Amino acid sequence: MNKKYKKVDSKFYLIKNSKFFPCISLGKLLLPLAFIFTISSFGQDADPVKGKALFNSNCAACHKLDKKMTGPALRGVEDRLYNDEGLDREWLYKWIRNSSSLIKSGDDYANKIYAEYNGAAMTAYPQLSDDDLNNILAYTAQEKPAPVIKAVEVSPTGGNTSNGISNEIILGVFAFMFLLLSLGLFVVNKTLRSFAAQNNIQLPTKKKSTRKPLWKAFVDNQFLMLCSAIIMLLVSAYFVYGFLMQIGVNQGYEPVQPIHYSHKIHSGDNEIDCNYCHSSARVSKHSGIPSLNVCMNCHKSIYEYNGETTEEYSKEFYDAEIQKLYKAVGWDDESQEYTGETQAVKWVRIHNLPDFSYFNHAQHVSVGGIECQTCHGPVEEMEIMYQYSPLTMGWCINCHRETNVKVKDNQYYEKIHEQLSKKYGVEKLTAAQMGGLECGKCHY
Amino acid sequence: MSSNKNKKYWKNLAELNPLNNSALESLGQKEFVEEIPVDEFLADDKNLSNSSTSRRDFLKYVGFSTAAASLAACEGPVIKSIPYVVQPEQIIPGIANYYATTIANGYDFANVLIKTREGRPIKVELNKLAPISASANARVQASVLDLYDSFRLAKPFKNQVESSWTEFDSDTMKKLNSLKNTSKSIVFLTQTFASPSTHKLISDFINNYSNAKHVVYDSVSESAALEAYESKYGSRGLPNYDFSLSDLIISIGADILGDWQGGGFDSKYGKSRIPTNGKMSRHIHFEANMSLTGANADNRYPVNQNEQKLVLLSIYSKLFNLQADINISDKLVKVVNSVMKELLESNNPVVVSGIQEVEYQNLVLDINQRLNSKAFQPEKTILTRQGNDSEVSKLIEDMNDGKVGAIIMAGVNPVYTLSNSNDFIEGLKKTEMSVLFSMKNDETALHVNYLAAAPHYLESWGDTEMSKGEFSITQPTIRPIFDTKQFQDLLLIWNNNSSSFHDYIKSNWNDNILKNKTWNQALHDGVFENKKSIKSRNSYLKDSKKNTSYILSLASSINQPSDNTFELNLYPKTGMGDGQCANNPWLQEFPDPITRTTWDNYLTISESDAKKLNLYLEPSTFFNQSKNGADGGLNGKYAVISLEDAEIKVPVMIQPGQARGTVGLSFGYGRNRGVKDVMMTGVNGFKLFKNFKPTQAIKINFTDEIHEFASVQLHNTLMGRGDIIKETSLEVFNTKNVNDWNPEAVVSLNHIETPVSSPSVDLWDEFDRSIGHHFNLSIDLNACTGCGACVIACHAENNVPVVGKEEIRKSRDMHWLRIDRYYSSEDSFESDDQKKDDINGLGSSLSTFGEMENPSENPQVAFQPIMCQHCNHAPCETVCPVAATTHGRQGQNQMTYNRCVGTRYCANNCPYKVRRFNWFLYNENDEFDYHMNDDLGRMVLNPDVTVRSRGVMEKCSFCIQNTQSVILKAKLEGRTVAKGEFNDAVACSAACSSGAMKFGDINEKESPISKLIKDDRAYHLLDAVGTKPNVVYQVKVRNNKNS
Repeated sequence: MNKKYKKVDSKFYLIKNSKFFPCISLGKLLLPLAFIFTISSFGQDADPVKGKALFNSNCAACHKLDKKMTGPALRGVEDRLYNDEGLDREWLYKWIRNSSSLIKSGDDYANKIYAEYNGAAMTAYPQLSDDDLNNILAYTAQEKPAPVIKAVEVSPTGGNTSNGISNEIILGVFAFMFLLLSLGLFVVNKTLRSFAAQNNIQLPTKKKSTRKPLWKAFVDNQFLMLCSAIIMLLVSAYFVYGFLMQIGVNQGYEPVQPIHYSHKIHSGDNEIDCNYCHSSARVSKHSGIPSLNVCMNCHKSIYEYNGETTEEYSKEFYDAEIQKLYKAVGWDDESQEYTGETQAVKWVRIHNLPDFSYFNHAQHVSVGGIECQTCHGPVEEMEIMYQYSPLTMGWCINCHRETNVKVKDNQYYEKIHEQLSKKYGVEKLTAAQMGGLECGKCHY
Repeated sequence: MSSNKNKKYWKNLAELNPLNNSALESLGQKEFVEEIPVDEFLADDKNLSNSSTSRRDFLKYVGFSTAAASLAACEGPVIKSIPYVVQPEQIIPGIANYYATTIANGYDFANVLIKTREGRPIKVELNKLAPISASANARVQASVLDLYDSFRLAKPFKNQVESSWTEFDSDTMKKLNSLKNTSKSIVFLTQTFASPSTHKLISDFINNYSNAKHVVYDSVSESAALEAYESKYGSRGLPNYDFSLSDLIISIGADILGDWQGGGFDSKYGKSRIPTNGKMSRHIHFEANMSLTGANADNRYPVNQNEQKLVLLSIYSKLFNLQADINISDKLVKVVNSVMKELLESNNPVVVSGIQEVEYQNLVLDINQRLNSKAFQPEKTILTRQGNDSEVSKLIEDMNDGKVGAIIMAGVNPVYTLSNSNDFIEGLKKTEMSVLFSMKNDETALHVNYLAAAPHYLESWGDTEMSKGEFSITQPTIRPIFDTKQFQDLLLIWNNNSSSFHDYIKSNWNDNILKNKTWNQALHDGVFENKKSIKSRNSYLKDSKKNTSYILSLASSINQPSDNTFELNLYPKTGMGDGQCANNPWLQEFPDPITRTTWDNYLTISESDAKKLNLYLEPSTFFNQSKNGADGGLNGKYAVISLEDAEIKVPVMIQPGQARGTVGLSFGYGRNRGVKDVMMTGVNGFKLFKNFKPTQAIKINFTDEIHEFASVQLHNTLMGRGDIIKETSLEVFNTKNVNDWNPEAVVSLNHIETPVSSPSVDLWDEFDRSIGHHFNLSIDLNACTGCGACVIACHAENNVPVVGKEEIRKSRDMHWLRIDRYYSSEDSFESDDQKKDDINGLGSSLSTFGEMENPSENPQVAFQPIMCQHCNHAPCETVCPVAATTHGRQGQNQMTYNRCVGTRYCANNCPYKVRRFNWFLYNENDEFDYHMNDDLGRMVLNPDVTVRSRGVMEKCSFCIQNTQSVILKAKLEGRTVAKGEFNDAVACSAACSSGAMKFGDINEKESPISKLIKDDRAYHLLDAVGTKPNVVYQVKVRNNKNS
């Protein structure tokens, strides 16, 4: 079991975590200030920007600056230790490079802190140089930035709404002018007619012709009737057919999910690989909905959202969604412990292939090397996940007709590729030529 | 001439005597016997005008339902998907996990591999690491469904009221403590566990409670053989036989392919039956009932038990050169002489007997000692039967005398299986505490104080030593579904042992059993062999011999039956065993290999006896008649059979090959508690199992009542196609040219006889199948014993629905794989005097020379598994109007359910009658209240196979879901398909332990299948039709000296 989780942990560093930490957008702004601060307290040439990078890659899995997690909050840790415990930077070096030997040596505070965190041993970092540690400490010594009020920013949706309003005004003005024009014409017409009447001018009146009205002629012409009836039938057949063919096709299906999970934030902004969460897609027919323990690999330390927000999806909104996850998985964020009270998350299934169709994710992802986006669309841009493809049989078959099988470096295909390419006289083989259109390949 | 040309094949007596039987004729012409009554309805004006639905109403309904349907179709259902909160590491959705475990329910013992999907066990497979003798039969294959039985106990009960385990634990503990060191005894009445750890726990208990004792009870007893073995070798067990090493098997009433002495001999038997290098084993069989074993024998002699005893005595006296003059009929003298001759000539002969008397079992051991055959292995003692009849009888007496303080029962159902169950019930009333560990609220559960809800074996821990030195482990494959505890858990509590049973087994194994293997490895393998614990063979070889007078005294002590009694031979049926799986719909619907009857047991009787007793239905009423003519449903009369105070009304089945003067009745039916009403089928044979003797003298009276059987295969006729089964004798096989005994069919092309395989006589262009995989299945009619494990494996793998007795009777059975049984007999009796002399074995005093010529007296039997033949030129594919059935380039005939509109043209055009039509919706339908109608039962469904709906055709797919998954796995791992991988993929060939079925890719040059299809014995079913099937059969070779 451990093996798997270890793997998962190492993957964690793949995440570009710039958006998760509070200071990035203001980093440049605060830089001079920080410099002044560090210089004044230590007079050393430490770089909090480098320190931040080091902190994020080494420490952030267990420590936050302002929040107790697996390990203690680290803002101003050096000052605190110096003031409260009388421990200097050397002690910190020792602790960071090898805490367990410090604990074994019988150091009082080391043992105290070890006991306080229930004997959770801190990973040793012998590879960090003095400079590295100085940089990290410089970063932790920075003061907490004041919350930035974002109200000034004009959100893109706001822009859209103002555009909408101006369009309406323009349209309204046009409508009003049109109304005036027609009123004018009417008045002019009336005035001219009264002039004519006064001057006894005989207006040419339409003769009450004895010709049939057009519609009657149309009705009487059987050939035309027949033609139009046929056209009518064809047109309605076209629409009925169109209607019938879309029954059961749920392209664009975008249900409301119990937790607002944004693929845009996860796979778009943070570039998490699809297979990290949908890991069974590589080996199984199911892509799998990640179990909640997979979410907690990251969300144990990511308890708030710090990325871009909109009016609809504010920081509070996203933070509340993270709380929903904690509730479901039974994670007490305060005590940093699992309560054991879990509740299942009932996701609404979006891609519903009928039971009689067999589809295997692993064959497409691992064997065929097909990008997830080929069928699922631009998931990295989807705030709400929806069904991108029609998932109809015709859609499957088209792809099987057009796509070449990835035969390279796969022993299975060696012999069959050689034989089939000789038979069809082609170098590349489509899935269809491999027999991928047979009913029994998908229906059993 | 080929030897089968003058043979006549028949499936039932009506077909054998087709005179005046128009019913049969009409049956032969129809694929669907019942017509849809459209004409009948429309032709009847009165009926039509009285019908309340007017044309306007009809249009209204049509309009409304169309509108409703299209409205309903617009909105798809919202489907929820619930992931794990914490996903177990081993489980990847969509990928099956396998666990090795062991079934040991007291009747069936087998090492198995359990396939689980998303944590649900869904199928039983063979454990390839286990010794072949412990492979799974049909009941074991079906045992996974018992796990999801909706009638299982979910909680413990106290005096028929729901209780809790805390109460149960403390109550029983208190009671046991109060009984400690009193004069009243504490008795464990259990099944045979053969479990080292359970036996240790029980002996721990007995050490603690001096007044405790352990009585082992087997419902179908082998006490006589156990006692014979014990008296000779000093330990309680049974001798082992390896029939694959034997060249001559003489069986006297021993159903060695059934459950004789614990069963499990069939796979090794099957191996010796395949002719290799011109040799195969020879099997001579004496028996009263027509058993699976008799059906497979080369020479079968239908004789009653007295004659069996005489045969055994004469063999004994001849072998040991005793001067005993056994009074035996002339016919049998001839038979015994020829048997003796063969016995002395062969290298590894073995004699086995099923006579349940210690004296005769002793003789058998003596004979095998003297023969000293490799096949006889007393040192590998079988431990799966340990019951002791006399102790059970003593226990019932003690209980009635008030000497028993507490009785604790596990794995037994004595109220159902005891013939004197009333005494037992009375005894229970006089016992201070009675405890029963059971999965169901069964017959015994009604009479006990404490009813403990026991887990299924797939939820339990355990260990088993099936035969000396062969250990195996039972491990849970799912968390307990209900609030259950196993017997051993409570034993631990009563022993004040706080460890779990798992820990107890583990430490016991580490301390006493495992050598050079870790516990984890043993758990992974499911088996562990400790050869050192087997004593040397020589220490078992003690020659002993009885004297002449002893033999003569045995001969004289044989009771001659009185004139008006019949000899009843009770037997366990292949599908039902001892009846503990009676609530399993797969097994209820499993057609008996011999009678092909489902959902019933019956009294088997010979044709002549039936006629004599007025139990014979004339051919005209043989089949049920409906308005449209015969529908193929078989009828039988009821008889009343009586033995002492017991009287049972039982339907009569006329059984070709039944010895005269004998009748047969199976155990396992007539359950009345703990099973669904619809499963309460048949009558309880145990009621006649007096003194644990399977042979009884009974009286039979006829009634005029008619019973309706639900038999498969009898519905259709052979339509004159006699060459469905091809068979020959070993002599012809060895000496004659292949064209003599396995000729290819020829058709006339321009008045020239051309072989049917020639492309010039083919209507179709050949498709090039040399690229990629091309699947073929080979079925060896020699190795196939007809055991039916493949039928259930197919059922489980492919979500085949259970349709129930009524539907089976209407020939609407759904089995994708059936094992057809054919009787055969020489066609011309009078013409062949030599044959007349050689047709042996009717030496009963009843027989006359003339009656010998009745072919139903002793037919030969052949089994033939039939599934979709996957014809390369399939007649079904060309007639499908919607192209729902098509051919894949891998040779599979594919059925696309979602395309099928149910015209049934394909079934009509199939020459092999293998297509099955879904007449109804068989899941979530209260009319078919079997496992697919409840949530629990549906857990057994294979998620890789579509559950078919009403109105579509279905059939064998060559397990395309599995052949595909093998291919996909190879692609995923970037390798070629490994050897044997395809064979294990297909449910039937994977379940076949005798090696009769081999599946594979014929384009893979080295595979066994590519050799088998070119074998001299290979033939295609009805090859004259030119369908070019992908299933190939191997000609049956009989090692009979006479034909």
